[in-house]
Amino acid sequence: MSADFDHLGRPVVAVTGLGLVTSLGQGVEDNWAALREGRSGIHSITRFSTQNLRTTIAGTVDFMKVEPWTGIDLSYALAESAGREALAMAGLSAGEIGGPLFLAAPPIELEWPARFALDAMDGSAREEAGYERLMEIARSHRSSATYDLTLFGGISERLADILGTRGLPVTLSTACASGASAIQLGVEAIRRGETSRCIAIGTDGSVGAEALIRFSLLSALSTQNDVPEKASKPFSKDRDGFVMAEGAGAVVLESLASARARGATVYGVLLGCGEKADDFHRTRSKPDGSPIIATIKAGLDDAGLSPSDIGYVNAHGTSTPENDRMEHLGLSAVFGEALAGTPVSSSKSMIGHTLTAAGAIEAVISLLAMRDGSLPPTINYEQADPAIALDTVPNKARNADVSATLSNSFGFGGQNVSLVLGREPRS
Amino acid sequence: MPMTRDVLVSGIGLVSSLGEGIGAHLSLMEGGRAIQPVLETERFTPNVVHPLPALDWSAQIPKKGDQRQMETWQRLGVYAAGLALADAGISPDEQTRSGVDMIVAAGGGERDPAVDALVMQRLRGVDDRGPLLNEVLSSELRPTLFLAQLSNLMAGNISIVHKVTGSSRTFMGEEGAGISAVETAAARIAAGQSDVCLVGGAFSAERLDLLVNYELGGFLSPGDWRPVFSRGEPGALVPGSVGAFLVLESAEHAAARSAPGYARLDHVAGDRGPRDADALEKRIAGLIEASEAAQADLLVLSGATGLGALVAAERAALASAVPGAPLRAYGSLLGHAFEAHFLAGLALGAGLLSKGIMPAPFGGGGEEAAADFAPRAALVTGVGHARSEGVALLSAIGPGAQERSA
Repeated sequence: MSADFDHLGRPVVAVTGLGLVTSLGQGVEDNWAALREGRSGIHSITRFSTQNLRTTIAGTVDFMKVEPWTGIDLSYALAESAGREALAMAGLSAGEIGGPLFLAAPPIELEWPARFALDAMDGSAREEAGYERLMEIARSHRSSATYDLTLFGGISERLADILGTRGLPVTLSTACASGASAIQLGVEAIRRGETSRCIAIGTDGSVGAEALIRFSLLSALSTQNDVPEKASKPFSKDRDGFVMAEGAGAVVLESLASARARGATVYGVLLGCGEKADDFHRTRSKPDGSPIIATIKAGLDDAGLSPSDIGYVNAHGTSTPENDRMEHLGLSAVFGEALAGTPVSSSKSMIGHTLTAAGAIEAVISLLAMRDGSLPPTINYEQADPAIALDTVPNKARNADVSATLSNSFGFGGQNVSLVLGREPRS
Repeated sequence: MPMTRDVLVSGIGLVSSLGEGIGAHLSLMEGGRAIQPVLETERFTPNVVHPLPALDWSAQIPKKGDQRQMETWQRLGVYAAGLALADAGISPDEQTRSGVDMIVAAGGGERDPAVDALVMQRLRGVDDRGPLLNEVLSSELRPTLFLAQLSNLMAGNISIVHKVTGSSRTFMGEEGAGISAVETAAARIAAGQSDVCLVGGAFSAERLDLLVNYELGGFLSPGDWRPVFSRGEPGALVPGSVGAFLVLESAEHAAARSAPGYARLDHVAGDRGPRDADALEKRIAGLIEASEAAQADLLVLSGATGLGALVAAERAALASAVPGAPLRAYGSLLGHAFEAHFLAGLALGAGLLSKGIMPAPFGGGGEEAAADFAPRAALVTGVGHARSEGVALLSAIGPGAQERSA
């Protein structure tokens, strides 16, 4: 059937399963209900002491008990939850996926409690703290369990077993574009004909003291701690930074031919992926926006669509002064006059910035928006930034009949990815 | 799609304890000369590592400001990437470089050991550590070092320094990251999703924070260095400082710019699964079989770590699939380079094929004796210390290779 192939003769990539966990809850439907109500999951941090910190709020996932908390273990738990949900929704049991796993996961190292515990052990002649002492202690206190917490391949290893994926899983990091990159890798594998199915997951459960402090030192975080649910305000004039958050998003990707052959429900399609690295600065976008512009254009070109075909943009929209301004610049350049009639909202106003997971979570939200004809709002949008003229779907969800959406992701290190998603295959 | 195009290795950037550049490595191996490993035996005693050679960072990272943004691991990767791009003759103009894709295999970034020591010292005996931890970290951490910590910032720095801005992906996950990086880059080129891709990674062995991890995991062995195949049970790995980048390119793209290429990458694949001896041997055997490696004129470059049980399973699979093929464990020379390890094996393999060099055994027990033929194909393996196996097959470019495939 010719409709199984796209405008460039490649297999059409369908989405047959979705999974979601954020601070708003566990599961696609709970999250979706909260997002449509405009609820915020941002709250004061209770996981660790926030004394002496400038930022004391986050969108942590506290209802999934991982004791003791480690970034690795929570990131795994979130990914497992979203992955299992996506598989179940696709009508597949573990082992039936028959394809690879593409996982976006945060780079996490040994946490402070582990270093303190090591330092407190005997086994070293030196009193002076430091890695020389830890090295001597490690010699007589070997612990493969502790070692496992230092391995970046550990999360995908466990997931591959639980979900029954095939081959060597890819664990990737493209900073805050990671979740979108995972989906892009899956789309490319299906288009190559390497596999008819795969699962892409973005996960992040890494909100700890040091990570928070490091982003804070880069002046990236909001310090509007007093009313946590009001702190994330993308595109508002009084935005002052992003709010760190946790969560996971998962999609089962499948060639349309495969989905049809087994009678699977198709929740949407991945029409196109665009990508362009930025060489300007380690944390800032090139001032002329050219890499962002090229990324969005590449996504549209890959999908064979023009801006007027896009009915909704799920923005990267972090709520930092720079990112929101640059995203607006990029969208303006590509969309031109069509931008005035294109709703652009940021899910991060409600769930915060889930970093590594964000691209995957936002792709899921984009698909749900098309499925139900309902655009999630940008909450906390009370003071419009006159320099950013966008229809942000302010504060309340809006009904709209949308057949194609654009979901943007931009990250530190010059990582830019735009996904173009469709409600159904193009005829 | 799917269209299948030949994938060439058209550029190599290799830095190891043996020196800088693929040429330096090959000249050591010419004429069947035996090579002695370069080891650092003092600084981490009783452990040994393969250190970095002396490098003039400015040769590939001209701006001091850029150098300051990175610690050794990222600098090494950016340096090796620059070597590979220059070696491939990819013009440094932004227009050309903006069409180059990139996949980096990366581990964890670098910490500030002095700050970590200070935190441990000051928090000793403190009951409620949180507030003080926050205070010390907030005042002592350097914001820029956070960027040195992020895995994807090696790629970010390559974009900034070398203007590679096509696509940029960073894979994590120890040895498997390197295997998947090559596999994905090659698959994209073969299918027409990419024309030219910089792929590589780096590992800096002289980092005490990482050595602590490996010691906790029981992977390091005190005492004298021995070749990989002579480390017995349970065996050990010796970390090696390595920067290894390749330029992979479609044959058409290389021909259009008259780039000769070192070798053709015919096959690359990775897998994972249970690590009991039988399962591991079977899985490696399956990967070798899928590569369709033939016995004729074949050199095997093993990425074995030196961990006894893993070495035994791999050797059993190789002995069954390609019996008698000369076998060299490149980890004996370079050390074990985790994310960069498999890439280093491919770099050596492509280089050796381009000059028809059969290297002498890399030392010690177990390597099949010197063979008297010039290799026309190289089977490169990678067996991760905790997980992930990979196999690649390279073949020589030239009249002989064309006759064989015709």
